[in-house]
Amino acid sequence: MNNIFVYCELTEEKTIADVSLELLSKGRRLATELGVKLEAIVIGSDLKRIEDQVFPFGVDVVHVADENRLFPYTTLPHASLVLHIFHHEKPEIAIFGATSIGRDLAPRIASALRCGLTADCTSLEIGDHFENKTQTEYKNLLYQIRPAFGGNIIATIINPETRPQMATVREGVMKKEVFDPKYKGQVKKVNVSAVLRDEDFMVQIIERHMEASKINIKNAQVIIAGGYGVGSRENFQLLYDLADVLGAQVGASRAAVDAGFSEHERQIGQTGVTVRPKLYIACGISGAVQHRAGMDQSAQIISINTDPNAPINHIADYTIIGSITDVIPKMIRYYKANSK
Amino acid sequence: MSFRIIVLAKQVPDTRNVGKDAMKADGTVNRAALPAIFNPEDLNALELALRIKDQRKDCEVIILTMGPFRAAEIIREAMYRGADRGYLITDRKFAGSDTLATSYAISLAVKKLEPYHLVISGRQAIDGDTAQVGPQTAEKLSLPQITYAEEIAEVSEKHIVVKRRLERGIEVVKSPLPAAVTVHSSAPACRQRVAKLLMKYKHARTVTELQNETKDYTELYDQRPYLQIDEWTVDDLHADVAMLGLSGSPTKVKKIENVVFAHKDSKVLSASDEDINNLMKDLIDSHVIG
Ligand SMILES: Cc1cc2nc3c(=O)[nH]c(=O)nc-3n(C[C@H](O)[C@H](O)[C@H](O)COP(=O)(O)OP(=O)(O)OC[C@H]3O[C@@H](n4cnc5c(N)ncnc54)[C@H](O)[C@@H]3O)c2cc1C
Ligand SMILES: Nc1ncnc2c1ncn2[C@@H]1O[C@H](COP(=O)(O)O)[C@@H](O)[C@H]1O
Repeated sequence: MNNIFVYCELTEEKTIADVSLELLSKGRRLATELGVKLEAIVIGSDLKRIEDQVFPFGVDVVHVADENRLFPYTTLPHASLVLHIFHHEKPEIAIFGATSIGRDLAPRIASALRCGLTADCTSLEIGDHFENKTQTEYKNLLYQIRPAFGGNIIATIINPETRPQMATVREGVMKKEVFDPKYKGQVKKVNVSAVLRDEDFMVQIIERHMEASKINIKNAQVIIAGGYGVGSRENFQLLYDLADVLGAQVGASRAAVDAGFSEHERQIGQTGVTVRPKLYIACGISGAVQHRAGMDQSAQIISINTDPNAPINHIADYTIIGSITDVIPKMIRYYKANSK
Repeated sequence: MSFRIIVLAKQVPDTRNVGKDAMKADGTVNRAALPAIFNPEDLNALELALRIKDQRKDCEVIILTMGPFRAAEIIREAMYRGADRGYLITDRKFAGSDTLATSYAISLAVKKLEPYHLVISGRQAIDGDTAQVGPQTAEKLSLPQITYAEEIAEVSEKHIVVKRRLERGIEVVKSPLPAAVTVHSSAPACRQRVAKLLMKYKHARTVTELQNETKDYTELYDQRPYLQIDEWTVDDLHADVAMLGLSGSPTKVKKIENVVFAHKDSKVLSASDEDINNLMKDLIDSHVIG
């Protein structure tokens, strides 16, 4: 069986992005399970000793394409280089971050190779498949697992026939874990000038402003998350007030973001951020499977909901049956009076 | 030659309103309770196209959608807002298409509309949030792609300058034409229907819709041929059937599981002062907060 590839993104500081290190960690586990190698692809400029950043995650081979026109990312040259590497190496599995870059690049690659791609997976596993129609047995496929539209439903997607089996995964979904600080793999330099043509540079970046994100809910210890049940942007202020006194961050469900109660950067769930706080207070959130995918690993969950049967209550440690407009001011009052 | 823009638009179930009412007792979605809507970011895409049309007299905006017969609704909706005409790609053989097969069919239809300058789509459709069809269609047409567009800053016969909205900032890029653009929800909202256009296009129908009408439209359509919304089937597109529908879709759904809640022993509290004070006290005492 062939190897597992992870496309690694670079940050503005030219370090490997967290999401890519998380995917390398997952890739390492899958590679060990399948008995294959883990390979990384890094494309950019001034990539001196970039391999040192990926080897501790258990990378056996890193393909490095280093040329000054390759940073910042643009679609066509990166796609040409990835396709060049894939044509030679014929990966079994290829994983990309579900980021601005990964979601731009992965579908282009999948289309060129005519292979399947599953977006925003919340879990990746190895498993077998028996196709009844053709009576064919497939061993060791990549199960691409994600919530599906249609209620509390989780779908397992497979690509029995096409290779690589491709998936994108959001930042924070997989755990970043160093495999072995002393692990050493092999560096393969890509002969960039032999692969790229002038047409690859027909789209030019003429201006660029990147800012560090101001909202950081990913690493928050306590999260106050609001849903559609919060009712309005004004009521959302109650959540900020509670967050202020507790030193917490405010998150939101997609319905709350769509309704304009909150910013998109605060969305928690399958297509938002994945969080693992000590305490998650879900305010007026019903608990759809796409939302739970991003928060069900919280250490403690409190649900505040007018509906005693809201699905979120089933995974909550405490359920407060009531309206947020009533409950949250009471919480603030008690905390102010009793905390040191 | 006119400046031709093809807008890709999809009719989707309104997953934003999957509220309590839309759920059945068994926890699955009651699709019948969900209205079918114009995919939100495709409306942003339409607006960017119409803004180019506002500037250029020679501009023609064509809506292309693939879906069941009723998806013609969004073609009319686009016409009421300023699109010139539309095509519905519809055939049973498309059923079960994943994004790869969908982009194959769409790319064949786009080729039939050559020569064009721009293919504009939404970033993603809310029924799957995959954001794959735009880039995949671009690849199949060998077009450069500009994803997450927020504004089209400049267009000429040969070039386009686009402001892109990324996770952590913005980027302004210049691309030769023809090109494919996908549009982000931060782009301007689509203009409303125009009363004059509503009058003009309210009888626009596909062939299939005409067959189901009780009234006879023959005379009206002879006078106003622009009311005809064309339907394209697999045969019209000369598509390779093996690359469509289930057989053309490399992704297969192995299984669908209803999530069974791992019920925690949730302590149920009321909103009384006493219950809330006790809870807060526990949280402070156990150092979860404070
Ligand atoms: C492809 C796809 C991806 C998605 N990705 C995400 C994602 O990443 N994140 C996400 O969150 N969703 C996502 N969704 C949407 C998800 O399916 C749900 O629609 C959404 O999570 C519902 O949000 P909600 O719980 O805030 O709203 P609702 O389901 O409308 O729930 C509102 C809740 O508020 C309660 N309530 C009402 N009034 C009050 C009050 N005064 N006080 C207290 N409680 C009150 C109600 O009882 C109800 O339980 C996705 C959907 C799709 C199709
Ligand atoms: N069936 C379809 N018909 C027309 N356009 C589509 C179709 N499916 C997807 N698109 C376009 O591709 C974009 C991305 O869709 P998706 O990859 O499904 O998230 C949408 O916003 C549409 O502009």
